[in-house]
Amino acid sequence: MSNNRVSRRQFLNYTLTGVGGFMAAGILMPMVRFAIDPALQTKTDGDFVQTSQKVADLTEEPVKVDFSYEQVDAWYTSEVTDTAWVYKSGDSIVALSPVCKHLGCTVNWNSDTEHPNQFFCACHGGRYEKTGKNIPGTPPLGPLDAYEVSEKDGFLLLGKKIANNLV
Amino acid sequence: MLNKIYDWVDERLDITPIWRDIADHEVPEHVNPAHHFSAFVYCFGGLTFFITVIQILSGMFLTMYYVPDVENAWKSVYYLQNEVAFGEIVRGMHHWGASLVIVMMFLHTLRVFFTGSYKKPRELNWIVGVLIFCVMLGLGFTGYLLPWDMKALFATKVGIEIAASVPFIGELIKVLLAGDATIIGAQTLTRFFAIHVFFLPAALFALLAAHFIMIRRQGISGPL
Repeated sequence: MSNNRVSRRQFLNYTLTGVGGFMAAGILMPMVRFAIDPALQTKTDGDFVQTSQKVADLTEEPVKVDFSYEQVDAWYTSEVTDTAWVYKSGDSIVALSPVCKHLGCTVNWNSDTEHPNQFFCACHGGRYEKTGKNIPGTPPLGPLDAYEVSEKDGFLLLGKKIANNLV
Repeated sequence: MLNKIYDWVDERLDITPIWRDIADHEVPEHVNPAHHFSAFVYCFGGLTFFITVIQILSGMFLTMYYVPDVENAWKSVYYLQNEVAFGEIVRGMHHWGASLVIVMMFLHTLRVFFTGSYKKPRELNWIVGVLIFCVMLGLGFTGYLLPWDMKALFATKVGIEIAASVPFIGELIKVLLAGDATIIGAQTLTRFFAIHVFFLPAALFALLAAHFIMIRRQGISGPL
């Protein structure tokens, strides 16, 4: 035993703080875990989605491909439509996400007459080369994302978004 | 570290008297279960408040997932209970706590009644207590509809029919509660939600403040 005697006041302080803290933790722990659940949910996407784009029709020129899939948003399930810009690069197919890497607006191919053959974002004038590489001096800080690409019965399939591997 | 921060603030704002005034008060021997075990009956009021705090906290967290809409209310409750971590616990706390609050409040009322604590000069606090009882029953009634299952729907139908049986103004109360003369539906649910999470809690906070301030002004009633 040490020589430091615990006073009655100290003892009560420690036990009350301990018991009170234990009770508060017991009440708050489930609620906090409940609240932060969205950050800890494991993602289960990655399935390929069928599009109506024939692979044989693709050229070196990017075309807009719309594709729909069932999105499960907690208790709400709905059909959502996304877009990809798809073109052939040699033998491989490239599908780029139209979401601008500046602040999430939607980019268009070849829509800015001053800068032909580039992806252009109308919100803040962000521009990208055909590979999705962002052009220095414009707002975006990185290249456009790409989609995983596959083919089935001559039609294009798009998978999950991945980092752009052309730049 | 914490002590230093406290001292720094206290030196400037003199906050010690504020919390001392709240925390330091006499607990007479006749209400202290350490002296007379039977004095535990004096804990019921505090326990009611403790469960009320849990109800407020768990309710705040439940609204992160709940939607008061006829299409999605039941689905969102199902989702938060079965898909969200600890959802069953948090909803369980709110569900069981709601019943426990009524039980504790009833025991507290019995204690006040049988110790005669409602007598002069504490008549006003008894009245405020009865109002709190009414607000709590209102919270229970409006909260019961929110899961939007069959039990909730029919309990609310019955409750609204009882309200409609009031002479003269019954039909008016019914329309005001349900939001429609004939349908218990979309508008009923949004109304009950608004009443349950905004109007009644606001009234409850005001009444609880009055209840506690009066206790501190008058002190705890004397022994039998």
